[in-house]
Amino acid sequence: MHSTNQVIKFVLIMTALVAVVLAGMNTFLKPTHDKNEAVYNKRAILAAVNDYLPSPVTELSDEQVEEIFSKISQTVIKVDGTSVDKEGVIAAGYKEGTASSIDMGKERKKPENEKILPTYGFTGEDGKKYWIVSVRGKGLWDEIWGNIAFEDDLNTIAGVSFDHKAETPGLGAEIKDNKDFYSQFKGKKIYDGPELRSVYVRKGGAKDPDYEVDGISGATITADGVTEMMARGLSYYEPYFNSLKG
Amino acid sequence: MAETKVLEKKESGLTFGKAERKLLTDPLDSNNPITVQVLGICSALAVTTLVSKAFVMAIAVMFVLAFSNLLTSFLRNSIPKQVRMIVQLVIIAALVTVVELTLKAVNYPIFKELSVFIGLIITNCIIMGRLEAYAMSNRPWRSFLDGIGNGLGYGIILIIVAVIREFFGKGALGGFKIFGPGVDFLVDTSAISWLSWYAPNNLMVLFPSAMFVIGILIWIHRSWNPSLVDIS
Repeated sequence: MHSTNQVIKFVLIMTALVAVVLAGMNTFLKPTHDKNEAVYNKRAILAAVNDYLPSPVTELSDEQVEEIFSKISQTVIKVDGTSVDKEGVIAAGYKEGTASSIDMGKERKKPENEKILPTYGFTGEDGKKYWIVSVRGKGLWDEIWGNIAFEDDLNTIAGVSFDHKAETPGLGAEIKDNKDFYSQFKGKKIYDGPELRSVYVRKGGAKDPDYEVDGISGATITADGVTEMMARGLSYYEPYFNSLKG
Repeated sequence: MAETKVLEKKESGLTFGKAERKLLTDPLDSNNPITVQVLGICSALAVTTLVSKAFVMAIAVMFVLAFSNLLTSFLRNSIPKQVRMIVQLVIIAALVTVVELTLKAVNYPIFKELSVFIGLIITNCIIMGRLEAYAMSNRPWRSFLDGIGNGLGYGIILIIVAVIREFFGKGALGGFKIFGPGVDFLVDTSAISWLSWYAPNNLMVLFPSAMFVIGILIWIHRSWNPSLVDIS
């Protein structure tokens, strides 16, 4: 049986060693981690315009993703429709000052008048202009988020991509995994006349061909989360969209 | 005289004889961690929806098993008995964190796919189980091999379950679509008249199916290997 002193010595040495190794590894790998995360987010944004890329986003290498993304115009806006310059973005805590560096999770917690949001202007392989915006909300277990791409009319959806933190595989996770679900959004409209109607994910099947999509069996709460996320998230962009439409 | 000499010959460090081979092969069959020891079931349910996930998980568990066995065996005589389990946990947790950090740097998409389940390797009973059952009372090289062996046994079952679940749940293997309705499948069942009713079984994507599949695997394994009947 070891004495108390021996136990304490052993534990202290072990803790110190483990702490040094793990902290060291983490510091050494952090640049790689951050780079990987940034590319992953860019892929998710490009996934919203998947149909207009030179190849499907899953087949693009990291370098190709960066290359395509470098040609995208990035603008950061506030909910009142004004744009934010690079210094403003850096001041908000994002060192790179770009739209893609914005943490939507962090913005979700801020009051409306303090939020800064990313917008992306992308020219597809078909030569047409597309606009991509980011939204974030709550699913059943934790947060969900998505990127919505619009045609130049800023009304018709050109594509979407969704992701989530902890939704159930086969149920809520289908918003990300099931192409049959998210491909429904293409062609839907968000404006009904002057009113922002957004898209309703209807349990039991869409009733309106322009503003509704089919829900997911067994994933009503996540689907409702998508509806809410889009309605609220897109409303933040309304003033900016209006300014673009002139 | 010669016999005594042979018996007195000290076993050198890194041998690979019959005993060592047994450490690698036993966990594949007669001492399989999942079907015989019935450990590590939880992760076997969660990550077997896709073969690629199961494969990465198996490698991660094998790494943690082998090296935590090795480290614990090195320290087995120095660990104060009062903190034995805590120290074991620290070793496991540190190794799992190393795996997590490495995976996040090397293959970010898979890291996102596996998310919490890599961290949950810490709670995988196989690891603590082998540390207590073997590494605390055996030498480092053998403990290391025991870890590899159990990792392989775990991995085989994981991949078998994942193959069944991904094939019948999505009609694919390793993401490659093989058998199902639709033009992107190698065998398009919707185009074959007597198979047009076929749709992938969505239950296979959910956790309960893994319980059934593992249960049936345990049944098959114990029927096929007569030494396992009624060992409970």
